[in-house]
Amino acid sequence: MSSYRVFRASKASYIAAAFGLIALIFLAAAPWWAGRADMRLLSEIFLYLALASLWNLMAGYAGLVSVGQQAYVGFGGYMLFAMTMFGGLSPLVAIPFAGLLGALISIPVAMLIFRLRGAYFAIGTWVIAEVFRLSFAQVSALGGGSGSSLPAKIVTSMADGREAREALSYWLALGIAVVVIAAIYRFLRSRNGLALTAIRDNELAAGSLGIDIWWMKFVVYVVSAALTAMVGALIFLQKIRISPDAAFSVNDWTAFVIFIVVIGGIGTIEGPIIGTLVFFLLRETLADLGTIYLIILGLVAIVVMLKAPQGIWGVLRSKFDLQLFPLTYRVQTTSSNKGGEQ
Amino acid sequence: MPKILRIAGINKAFGAVIVADNVAFDLEEGTALGVVGPNGAGKTSLFNLITGTLRVDSGEIYFLGSEITKLSAAKRCRQGVARSFQVPQPFVGLTVFENAMIAATHSAGLSGQQAEERCLEVIAQTGLMSKVNVQAGKLTLLDRKRLELTRALCTNPELLLLDEIAGGLTDAECTSLIQTIKDIHATGVSIIWIEHVVHALLAVVDRLIVIDFGRLIADGDPKTIMESREVQEIYLGIDIDA
Ligand SMILES: Nc1ncnc2c1ncn2[C@@H]1O[C@H](COP(=O)(O)OP(=O)(O)O)[C@@H](O)[C@H]1O
Ligand SMILES: [Mg+2]
Repeated sequence: MSSYRVFRASKASYIAAAFGLIALIFLAAAPWWAGRADMRLLSEIFLYLALASLWNLMAGYAGLVSVGQQAYVGFGGYMLFAMTMFGGLSPLVAIPFAGLLGALISIPVAMLIFRLRGAYFAIGTWVIAEVFRLSFAQVSALGGGSGSSLPAKIVTSMADGREAREALSYWLALGIAVVVIAAIYRFLRSRNGLALTAIRDNELAAGSLGIDIWWMKFVVYVVSAALTAMVGALIFLQKIRISPDAAFSVNDWTAFVIFIVVIGGIGTIEGPIIGTLVFFLLRETLADLGTIYLIILGLVAIVVMLKAPQGIWGVLRSKFDLQLFPLTYRVQTTSSNKGGEQ
Repeated sequence: MPKILRIAGINKAFGAVIVADNVAFDLEEGTALGVVGPNGAGKTSLFNLITGTLRVDSGEIYFLGSEITKLSAAKRCRQGVARSFQVPQPFVGLTVFENAMIAATHSAGLSGQQAEERCLEVIAQTGLMSKVNVQAGKLTLLDRKRLELTRALCTNPELLLLDEIAGGLTDAECTSLIQTIKDIHATGVSIIWIEHVVHALLAVVDRLIVIDFGRLIADGDPKTIMESREVQEIYLGIDIDA
């Protein structure tokens, strides 16, 4: 057997990793070269990138098409407010706790909605998000239906001075995006990641080869909920204000996210990255047009779905046989180069 | 020493169609058991019941002495029951190697280099090495059947269920398949093999059962059974020596 070797990375992926690292260093240094407005925009991009990557993990890999992830965005935001305002926690500590609580609350939710199949599952996720919204609107300590603002002393406790605070908040957004993508990448490269793809292809065979399908999907759901709640906490830490309608907005936290994933390429790690860039490019150039901007977004989504259902990355990948985040296995003969090649 | 498999009076019906009618038999460890019977007799359904793809209406199934009747297909596979599907069920988006890795990492419990080596070993054994990096969705039907055998072997089974894997092979391919299955059997794996290609079956099995309308109608020495009147009647029109 020694004449065969198994490879996972490719030349393109090494180049991509090098470029990715350079880009990361460059972005991490933004507080020294970017203005306040640019940093705010970049933060927003990172947070959307994290949300889109998580939605893609669920829908594109685990087949869990949710239209209710705003439940965890809003939940995370509210938990941050509650824990800092009433628990006296620093926001930096409250963020991981919001993730932990998001995981806990997602467990009973999963038990409930995993009984639903296909479109009913999607509707179920939306109903749950509405229940979350209505519930938080009842909590008068958190401002009820009109919401509340984060007290100034909590905001100022994060770091000394406005510039330091803004840099910190920027790094948190960059950090969560990196953590989310790195976690998804590592997970998809593991045996459980391979199992997700197998389940996507053929549930009958997956079950018959020892994969616990329910458990795999459950883990993906709970981990996605935890990370989504952490992103939600960061989103509302930046906004400083929270209300049920903003926190549980299906438009902001799910519709735009689905748009990003669909145009970028569902079921790939690269897709949400490209989709996020395209989305913000469109938004920054067209947002002044108001309603027309939303119509254009809709048209772009429809055209992509009809002409290239695999999204922009799907087209590029099949044209150039590219893989920036290598998940596959390649067997090569070490002595000669035949036999192992496709 | 417990029997590798004990089927205790299992029943299964789809509406009016009875696919298992009080089926009962034991399997000694290390046996190669052949299964024959007309189309629609319930042979594949029997495999589905043993592996957990289908649930019995009543009766029990024991694997190595412990009851598995209520376990999921995944758990049964991890305990050592592997099967090939008559209609191949490949993971079409994954390569041959990745298909094998699923079995090795999730059922056999191997990881890292051990898993990779096991997969390469089996792929070489089943004759798929030239397609090792090909996506399973692009394989021909014959190669898909080889992939079924490959994946089942990569689970490191103790009981291997094979469902019509010899159909459509050339003589040379069939001879090599027979040798492969004999090799697997020689390592101590118990085998149950449903096969219409009778000469291939008889070359391997040391016991034969016949199923008709969900009932087990004969059980014993392969040659004696194939020559018996019941089987000759069922197989009227099928050339036994083919
Ligand atoms: N899931 C199912 N639902 C309904 N009928 C089925 C199902 N599976 C098998 N059958 C029926 O059960 C009978 C036995 O099928 P099968 O076990 O595949 O037979 P064999 O493998 O012996 O050819 C056939 O009549 C088939 O149509
Ligand atoms: Mg059959």
